[in-house]
Amino acid sequence: MKIVYTGEKDSRQYKSVIPQVIDKVMQADDKVVWLDADLMGCSGTKGSYGKSDRYINCGIAESNMAGIAAGLAASGLKPYAHSFGPFVSRRCFDQVFLSAGYANNPITMVGTDPGITAAFNGGTHMPFEDVALYRCIPGAIICDCTDVPMLESFLTQAKDLPGVKYIRVGRKDSRQVYEDGTQFTVGKGNVVRDGKDAVIVASGIMVHEALQAAKKLAEEGIDVAVIDPFTIKPLDEELIRTYAEKTGKVVSAENHNRIGGLTSAVEHALIGMPVKFGYVAVEDEFGEVGPQDYLRTRYDLTDEHIVNVIKGM
Amino acid sequence: MTLEEKKELQKFALQIRIATIECIKSRGFGHVGGSLSIADTLAVLYKRIMNYDPKDPGLETRDKLVCSKGHAGPAVYGTLALCGFIPYEQLYTLNQPATKLPSHCDRTLPGIDCTTGSLGQGTSQAVGIALGDKLQGRDCRTFLITGDGELNEGQCWEAAMFAAGKKLNNLVWIADWNKRQLDGSLEEILPQFDLAEKFKAFGFDTVTVAGDDVEGLYEALSRRSEDKPIAVVLDSVKGRGVKAVEESAGNHSMNVAPEVFDEWLKELRDKLAEMG
Ligand SMILES: Cc1ncc(C[n+]2csc(CCOP(=O)(O)OP(=O)(O)O)c2C)c(N)n1
Repeated sequence: MKIVYTGEKDSRQYKSVIPQVIDKVMQADDKVVWLDADLMGCSGTKGSYGKSDRYINCGIAESNMAGIAAGLAASGLKPYAHSFGPFVSRRCFDQVFLSAGYANNPITMVGTDPGITAAFNGGTHMPFEDVALYRCIPGAIICDCTDVPMLESFLTQAKDLPGVKYIRVGRKDSRQVYEDGTQFTVGKGNVVRDGKDAVIVASGIMVHEALQAAKKLAEEGIDVAVIDPFTIKPLDEELIRTYAEKTGKVVSAENHNRIGGLTSAVEHALIGMPVKFGYVAVEDEFGEVGPQDYLRTRYDLTDEHIVNVIKGM
Repeated sequence: MTLEEKKELQKFALQIRIATIECIKSRGFGHVGGSLSIADTLAVLYKRIMNYDPKDPGLETRDKLVCSKGHAGPAVYGTLALCGFIPYEQLYTLNQPATKLPSHCDRTLPGIDCTTGSLGQGTSQAVGIALGDKLQGRDCRTFLITGDGELNEGQCWEAAMFAAGKKLNNLVWIADWNKRQLDGSLEEILPQFDLAEKFKAFGFDTVTVAGDDVEGLYEALSRRSEDKPIAVVLDSVKGRGVKAVEESAGNHSMNVAPEVFDEWLKELRDKLAEMG
């Protein structure tokens, strides 16, 4: 795995990548179908609608869509279903939990605009709890997407993975961390940067913040590692424990409520270890509207905050 | 209704459209189409139908408005500003940090009776408010506005079944049948067949009225029933009142240059001036 991170924005927007990948996946596998809930314009799949009957618009009915996805899976197909993060998690949770999870109908749910990236859509559209919900579905596989190569790799393999899969991903900007074509493995974390004084376990947009924090700390002679878990569930606990032992200080960083997401998962992985633990996450609060930059400071999801947490340990 | 009264409503609807566009212009983008399509309804409701006091927005016996298509917030905010609930300048805080005017209606703002944005959820809440008013012996009504795309949500029909089943004749359900949702027309995304017949079958006293016919709206919204909730199907146009918006295929959420907003505003102001 090669790290190509520069901190610059990727010229490719996620919503232009999603339809390309799904088209490819469909070509390779005629069982694949894409469901959307009147948000094809947002997943970038609108251009494919009407051209192929494997792109299905369910209208604004996310619980129905999740149930239909489960039914399609029962009939032998491999469904992906998209809406904004809150609507493919909270809004249809019981259908995902029972019709798909419990009944063992494999589906892949794609939730766009995670956490503060929901920006101008405001608090009603800003999921800080989607990972928590999916984490308590037995066997679920959860990815907080870091960059375009990760999105490609996750979407490409999701169709053949068992159970419920969930990816939360932006629609627009990202910062490339991994080389194009990188293959990610479920349950296997990536050491994005090595270090010996502390380790930051970061996912999604917080990987960039973590790398910026590590850079700032390096200028002060503090050598910090950054781990991106790829999947929050299953979590690469072994890798995290290895780095915890090596550095003695662990900080989680996530664009999500500190309850139930990456922070909880990492904390759980460290049970019984004599290490210091801190977190950078949304406190127990609801979302609100505003530019993403404003929300970033409003919820303290910044590189400076990571720096301060590490220094305060 | 006298010609003078009709004109007054039409002028008020134009003022709401202007306030809506000014509100959205302040941020540079927003849900233009679905806001404009309910301007005439809001004009009739707030000028002639609803009982409220802007100085006492929490008055228990007031008529309530639930804009379940929460993304039409700018039209509601514009109306509230014109009716004295909030200062007009507050419209320019749309989606700014720490604002009370987010894209989708939030009940921290005086005059907003229900927090909405997750489509479908306003319906059950409106039904709950209407039931609560009845149980507490209040003689007031709840006006619920939903989109037509929004009616894809099953929750809407659960709410409808309950409202009719419990004889909530203090609920008026306004369905903005502008024939479009986000990804395209209802026909392309999910055909709804006969909406008015659906409401009738669910037990509503149902009328269909042109979305910009203020006289027809006044009659429809004045309707009372002994034992049924009222449904008003608005035969409307998404983006109504600004030609370029009506004609634009992608008029759900629009992001245009300030000059374009200014052209729209000019069109509306010219119409207003023509009316004298
Ligand atoms: C539960 C839910 N799903 C999806 C959305 C995203 N969304 C916002 S507006 C909209 C289309 C609404 O169409 P319609 O109800 O017809 O409103 P109108 O055309 O009058 O604006 C969608 C899909 C949402 N706000 N809530």
